[in-house]
Amino acid sequence: MADSPVRTQRPLSPHLQIFTPYLTMVMSILHRITGGALYVGTLLLVVWLIGAASGPAGYARVQWFMGSIIGQLILFGYTWALIHHLIGGVRHLVWDVGLGFGPEARENMARLNIIGSIVLTILIWVVALIVR
Amino acid sequence: MVQLTLPKNSRPVDGKAWPKPAGANRLTEFRIYRYDPDGESNPRIDTYWVNRDDCGPMVLDAIIWIKNTIDPTLTFRRSCREGICGSCAMNIDGTNTLACTKATDDIKGAVRIYPLPHMPVIKDLVPDLSSFYAQHASIEPWLQTTSPSPEKEWRQSPDDRHKLDGLYECILCACCSTSCPSYWWNGDRYLGPAALLQAYRWLIDSRDESTGARLDNLEDPFRLYRCHTIMNCAKVCPKGLNPAKAIAEIKKMMVTRQF
Repeated sequence: MADSPVRTQRPLSPHLQIFTPYLTMVMSILHRITGGALYVGTLLLVVWLIGAASGPAGYARVQWFMGSIIGQLILFGYTWALIHHLIGGVRHLVWDVGLGFGPEARENMARLNIIGSIVLTILIWVVALIVR
Repeated sequence: MVQLTLPKNSRPVDGKAWPKPAGANRLTEFRIYRYDPDGESNPRIDTYWVNRDDCGPMVLDAIIWIKNTIDPTLTFRRSCREGICGSCAMNIDGTNTLACTKATDDIKGAVRIYPLPHMPVIKDLVPDLSSFYAQHASIEPWLQTTSPSPEKEWRQSPDDRHKLDGLYECILCACCSTSCPSYWWNGDRYLGPAALLQAYRWLIDSRDESTGARLDNLEDPFRLYRCHTIMNCAKVCPKGLNPAKAIAEIKKMMVTRQF
């Protein structure tokens, strides 16, 4: 129809706003977020090394911060992000050989990833606090 | 590009609440996305009440009932009403599926219906699928051979034929591709689960002689490798197929052909 108004842009249908957050989808997002967080976590490691390289006073300052409640919380989060991302990586490895795509396998692997990352993180901290 | 929010012209606003049908015992609320291309306004969400005693069990029955008895302007695609044509693919109750095979009783509360996600909307529940079809065409979904044609048909062993099971059943409804966040953000360059499942269907067809060229065509950071195994495709497929698995098999072929 020549006389109908021409709309330059059609609307985009809703997506994230309306879509059910399936477990495997949420896990994919978490894998991204933890992967991003690891950059920051690795920076923490760099800060710690710089502190150690700059002498006793600098090292003491870094150690004080890492030992504070906020520092400990950040380190705990870093540990979890690392373990979660690591297990996620193993999950991707399983997929790369063509396994773990079935309706039950993919859900179980996702659950295992969450539970595994939490259990392992707590375990690491318990062991670390014991041997300290 | 990742854009988590909708552009300004695409944000749905509250629409019309249509009156409840008189004298109905069993009513179900339907909240349906509407967009009128002839106006200047944003999409809106209209509310309808369906007399369930007067209409069939499926969501498609309900929206046809709405169109027939309440609002003839409600626009959607439908054809076979038995899950084989793929026309009535839409987002129902937060997931992509076929309206004709989704029972209204399986949905708790109001039935929320949107067009397939992250697509340009032509009108109401009708998305523009041109790009989706062009992507399907780009994988050249037909038998390609170089050997001289046999006198009768191209023969295939039962074992080789079984390799096509779980692939040939795809009806190209676009539920999977439009459920995929990777396709949402990179749909212009990533082929998406539907086209890739079709690509694999021809890659493992024992009669096809174009495997190498087909793989070359897919060897691309976007076309194939934007699949991050999010699995929404396999979750939503109304035919119970597994595009994620098919894509993984293509990735495997990419590696194994190097040896």
